[in-house]
Amino acid sequence: MFARGLKRKCVGHEEDVEGALAGLKTVSSYSLQRQSLLDMSLVKLQLCHMLVEPNLCRSVLIANTVRQIQEEMTQDGTWRAVAPQAAGRAPLDRLVSTEILCRAAWEQEGACPAPGLGDGHTQGPVSDLCPVTSAQAPRHPQSSVWEMDGPRENRGSFHKSLDQIFETLETKNPSCMEELFSDVDSPYYDLDTVLTGMMGGARPGPCEGLEGLAPATPGPSASCKSDLGELDHVVEILVET
Amino acid sequence: HVSKFKILKYIYRKKLISFLFCLNYTADIISTVEFNHSGELLATGDKGGRVVIFQQEQENKIQSHSRGEYNVYSTFQSHEPEFDYLKSLEIEEKINKIRWLPQKNAAQFLLSTNDKTIKLWKISERDKRPEGYNLKEEDGRYRDPTTVTTLRVPVFRPMDLMVEASPRRIFANAHTYHINSISINSDYETYLSADDLRINLWHLEITDRSFNIVDIKPANMEELTEVITAAEFHPNSCNTFVYSSSKGTIRLCDMRASALCDRHSKLFEEPEDPSNRSFFSEIISSISDVKFSHSGRYMMTRDYLSVKIWDLNMENRPVETYQVHEYLRSKLCSLYENDCIFDKFECCWNGSDSVVMTGSYNNFFRMFDRNTKRDITLEASRENNKPRTVLKPRKVCASGKRKKDEISVDSLDFNKKILHTAWHPKENIIAVATTNNLYIFQDKVN
Repeated sequence: MFARGLKRKCVGHEEDVEGALAGLKTVSSYSLQRQSLLDMSLVKLQLCHMLVEPNLCRSVLIANTVRQIQEEMTQDGTWRAVAPQAAGRAPLDRLVSTEILCRAAWEQEGACPAPGLGDGHTQGPVSDLCPVTSAQAPRHPQSSVWEMDGPRENRGSFHKSLDQIFETLETKNPSCMEELFSDVDSPYYDLDTVLTGMMGGARPGPCEGLEGLAPATPGPSASCKSDLGELDHVVEILVET
Repeated sequence: HVSKFKILKYIYRKKLISFLFCLNYTADIISTVEFNHSGELLATGDKGGRVVIFQQEQENKIQSHSRGEYNVYSTFQSHEPEFDYLKSLEIEEKINKIRWLPQKNAAQFLLSTNDKTIKLWKISERDKRPEGYNLKEEDGRYRDPTTVTTLRVPVFRPMDLMVEASPRRIFANAHTYHINSISINSDYETYLSADDLRINLWHLEITDRSFNIVDIKPANMEELTEVITAAEFHPNSCNTFVYSSSKGTIRLCDMRASALCDRHSKLFEEPEDPSNRSFFSEIISSISDVKFSHSGRYMMTRDYLSVKIWDLNMENRPVETYQVHEYLRSKLCSLYENDCIFDKFECCWNGSDSVVMTGSYNNFFRMFDRNTKRDITLEASRENNKPRTVLKPRKVCASGKRKKDEISVDSLDFNKKILHTAWHPKENIIAVATTNNLYIFQDKVN
């Protein structure tokens, strides 16, 4: 029922059902899974912007999860060092992608964005993540001038580009985006697979060692085998870069 | 071996309530369920903005083996979809919560709310109408005064019962974020409404003004890490209320302390179990519902995997914890992927505060007896239950060999979730809402 599109790869520790992170056998496998979870979370936040009125509680919880992963990755040293010119603002930059991603969802009132995030975060950690963040970052300094329009403008352009991908969706009901992850109908299923399955295509899915999940049925995800490059490609479509 | 099993089954029946399946009502997606203070009326709200009220049959019609059944009493459109032109956003008409006022006269009053607007509805009965006017015909047409030769006094004659619902107050434009809770104060004059970041206090008579009593919106929205998930007034102390958060904390506030209750009087939080820590720890600790016991001494919270009972005098941990579906702990990543991890389950107390109930997946719902520490899993479905039959307990097999009649975790249907349940304030009658259906169960009387 769940774990659609997540292809289970035999990596030799299938019996691990502890669920505790300490139970994992290889560090690199854990890093990949953590990265997958991060990617999945960022995609979820992006889709948040598509909703007519995003659920604030859900957005905050996902953003906090992203922050946790980023903090852990920074402590591990797996987070790439920031560019020298932005080094002075490193603590803020680390978490900048979260702020940028969630801004449109939270700034419905047109609240003024903090001046401290005006610039300086166009390189460095942002480039490590999906191109989404680097695409949005250059827009950010400009959008601070038009507070009211900025977030909505971003949302509008998301609307347009995602429309190209979501042609198959017939209903005009905005909350259909919310149902994307839980709907069982096959057109939605394929879309869901594209968005989430590809993360688990060529490598273990995010759920494997992290939670000791029982194997999921392969299903259509077999045709969606992809690597990080293809995820970037899809995400580029999302931001019209 | 076999006899032991039989004995357990016998004890089970004696100690816990056996429920009969009584009523099934199909509707739009049900979004809230609430009994009134006497239990005679049961209100449901749905995604289409409609309210349907059921009424229990009166005593003189009851047969010996059951209590009165519930029949549809009134249906009305409470909220309509709206469009916020300033933000280019649609405002859903879905009813998030219904709360009944205690009955003061012949009419009934309830508050219903969607994401932005709260409405006070008056539900009144009309079973008589005046007949015998001199200047009007029975159909309402006016008579020619010159044709009137005699005068008569109009009298009230019985008519078919008509139940009318009319909006008496509309409390609007006070919430920027989505309203998740409303709660009527024990003074029966004021009530609170809570959204993701603020809680407002209203007077039932005054619609153009409300007082903000809690505001957790940060100056810089980018620092936002916590939201309000539920709020409720204490059942007896009119100055006390609690609100829960997405970080698993509950704050108890006293309105006498200051006008803006941003500083809590008590903070209830259980320290995290380090052995269970994962990236999903915060999400599953988020509290989806908080309910005071009828006595007012305890409060119950629902997070994703458990129900906790707190003694208001002890802040550092709950006094009781009940696992609702612990077998999902190893599936959290998948439940995060399909968004089920964000499902907001509600919980409720029985009239005597001895049993608590909450919903789960696969149309299962769970009850926990606080005294005997027994628990039971039941299923709300038409396929498996004929009316007037006793519900069979269900069991989920977490791992290993699945016994007969058990369901394995991987067969659970996560689209079939029971988020809303309600317990009659005085009797063992429960209302359970699956996605599209309302089930009412009563216990076996003999």
